[in-house]
Amino acid sequence: MNIKRLIIVAVGGQGNLLSSKVLGEAACRLDVPVRMSEIHGMAQRGGVVESAMIFGDAQSAIISDGEADILLGFEPLEALRALNRCNSKTVVITNTSSLPPFTAAIGKGIYPDMEIIKTFIASKVSRLITLDANALAKKAGNELSVNMVLLGALIETNILPITAESIHDAICETTKQAFVDTNIKAFESGRVAVQ
Amino acid sequence: MHKLLKDHSGEKMFLLGNEAIVRGAIEAGVGFASTYPGTPSSEISANFFQIARQSDLYFEYSTNEKVALEVAAAAANAGVRSMCIMKHVGVNVAADVLMTLAYVGVRGGLVILTADDPYMFSSQNEQDNRYYGKLSGLPILEPSSAQEAKEMIGYAFDLSEKLAEPVLFRTTTRLNHSTAPVVLGEMAKRVTMGDFGKDPFNYVTVPAVSRKLHIKLLNNIEKAETISCDSRYNIIEGEGAWGIICNGVSYNYVKDALCDLEVKDKVKIFRVGFSHPMPGKLIKDFIDGCEKVLVVEEGEPYMEEAVKAFAQEAGYTHPIRGKAPELFSRLFEFDPAMVRSAIASYFGIPYETSDLPDLSDIPDLPQRPPNLCAGCSHRATFYAVNKAIEGIETIRPTDIGCYTLGFLPPLSTGDFLICMGSSVGTGCGFSKTTDKKIISFIGDSTFFHSGIPGLINAVFNNHDINLVILDNQTTAMTGHQPHPGVDMKAMNHDGFGRVSIESVVKGIGVEHVTVIRPYNVKKSITAIKEAIAHKGVSVIIAKQACTLFERSLKKQVGKPFYVSDKCKNHRDCINDLGCPAFFVEDEKVRINPTLCSGCSVCAQICPEHAILPLRR
Ligand code: SF4
Repeated sequence: MNIKRLIIVAVGGQGNLLSSKVLGEAACRLDVPVRMSEIHGMAQRGGVVESAMIFGDAQSAIISDGEADILLGFEPLEALRALNRCNSKTVVITNTSSLPPFTAAIGKGIYPDMEIIKTFIASKVSRLITLDANALAKKAGNELSVNMVLLGALIETNILPITAESIHDAICETTKQAFVDTNIKAFESGRVAVQ
Repeated sequence: MHKLLKDHSGEKMFLLGNEAIVRGAIEAGVGFASTYPGTPSSEISANFFQIARQSDLYFEYSTNEKVALEVAAAAANAGVRSMCIMKHVGVNVAADVLMTLAYVGVRGGLVILTADDPYMFSSQNEQDNRYYGKLSGLPILEPSSAQEAKEMIGYAFDLSEKLAEPVLFRTTTRLNHSTAPVVLGEMAKRVTMGDFGKDPFNYVTVPAVSRKLHIKLLNNIEKAETISCDSRYNIIEGEGAWGIICNGVSYNYVKDALCDLEVKDKVKIFRVGFSHPMPGKLIKDFIDGCEKVLVVEEGEPYMEEAVKAFAQEAGYTHPIRGKAPELFSRLFEFDPAMVRSAIASYFGIPYETSDLPDLSDIPDLPQRPPNLCAGCSHRATFYAVNKAIEGIETIRPTDIGCYTLGFLPPLSTGDFLICMGSSVGTGCGFSKTTDKKIISFIGDSTFFHSGIPGLINAVFNNHDINLVILDNQTTAMTGHQPHPGVDMKAMNHDGFGRVSIESVVKGIGVEHVTVIRPYNVKKSITAIKEAIAHKGVSVIIAKQACTLFERSLKKQVGKPFYVSDKCKNHRDCINDLGCPAFFVEDEKVRINPTLCSGCSVCAQICPEHAILPLRR
């Protein structure tokens, strides 16, 4: 099976671990070989959290610099920072809702302008897809479902061998019962947003 | 029921490496487990903790790794299959037990898991614990995937019982923290009770006994080498004149690289999964069939040294390389591209690298280092100490936990750190050799782990040191595990005792002991000033529950605050506290109400009293 490599970058607490879990469950259901790796521990205290997922016949669970087929950014600055993981053929999807790091608040660095972020990313990779996942999540009924919105946008690119139905099933399986409906709504709104 | 306890043999589950390890132990009928939590091993213990509440498996968070291994050593010598889990540096703490337990051996299987951390994602060093196999003489097993880890645990228990000695099970972060589909197997019956057959002339390690036991250990190493040569985990794959010897996750990178480079038919792989004793005879045969050999292993040249020694014994002169400036480093972790390019260059295989974008025009981006949570009580304590010592020259040794992050600006609290508990001992040394005031910081769990002997030392040798014990009533860093000072009843866990830090400190004989509430800034500053004015040993216990933990337990934390119009933009709040709930919008300080935990520390220090509780 064709190998596809996905990198997800987020800020600790944005719920990216749940989105990778849902993706992994969906892959399992479809019998798509999948491996994923994440870093836990100290980095999670407000730092950058990265997941790597590899679909298809590979054995490695991590992705070298320049080798991601897709980069999914939960936060635009972090998507920009992760460009070293991309190559000229990579597709980048990023949330446009920003979470300025604390260093910017104390004057150690300046958070770049959104348009600049977009221009830079677009100029380095094959395609850039942007959406305001926080706004869409709010609309779907739960601000915390940013992860599901972004998952929707990701699946809609059709790059991964994962179907929307299998994601629905995986959401039912892995997310809390009370949130299933809003999660599915958020997922669908992410799909529509990038159509 | 816990998902790892379900009898779903043949089913596929998407499991974290650490979960697969637990499942493997359950399938092997493990009856007893002990640990001191440490990343990247923590999820193993977290799962055992939950499983023990739903089954007859016994599990405990021990005070430190040494105690954990002693507890498990006895359980295994009572005939119960036991597991002891720790991070790589934990084995240093347990090494005293390990080295002689290797002589004494076990009756029931004992698997000691060491989780190494190449690249130091969450550790103070990246030591390669395979050398503990050599040092102690015990067997080492190393899996390459979650599925294999699950199966290898059962093999490890069998091996331990066959040799009647503990087995070391070595993982690395990328195995512990990677997730993959794992096919479940059948669960053996769990035995949780046994008996201890007294035999002092084999169990009491006086010199005469140990001399005999050391002979036994050496014989065992020979037996183990024979088993290693037959082991299904020492795998030879493929055909060809080029040889690659690899282990652990490096094996995955090698396999992918051979596909990418389209040289699968030219290369023979020896994947070493049973790495102590190294399978000498197999390796010699393997080298003999190769023109040249590359050893691919993260960390130290552990296998490379052995392979070269075997080649020398056999009189081979084949080129054997591994660690070299143009091939592999001893530093950090490997990745697939690194392994691919080393293989290509060593064997002279042409290949094109992927076309990397030129990123030189990207501006400098603001960093996002990890930070203490919004409302973390450690921040309040560090702030109070910083105020209390204004004008006094200090050295402030720190210790291991979330609070280590306090060494970053703006709190900048933390001058020296070596290992768990070192804040106290190093504080003693600095107090005798410098004329600065010594203020050491240690967390509650770390204090129990290894701070107590240092404090006793300080009292006995009459050192002039102030110790601040950051008591947030949990082991926060590794995921909020309990420790001996935690009120387990309040968390709905029955059957636990409780040790009061204050009584311990007083019992040791510290004369000046104060308990502070760090969210009360003024009182805290006064108490700290008094403590550091005290000549001799003084202890401050800063008591406030970890706010992240409180929030995860859905306990009531305070109401959020906001910055009112009274703000004159001095920014003392942001600049002195560095709380991540602050942000700047249109040049004005703001507080993110979802992040703010309502600790009120910023409100107390604002000179304009501009920070007020948000009314909803
Ligand atoms: S987890 Fe607890 S102790 Fe650690 S930084 Fe957050 S609030 Fe502080």
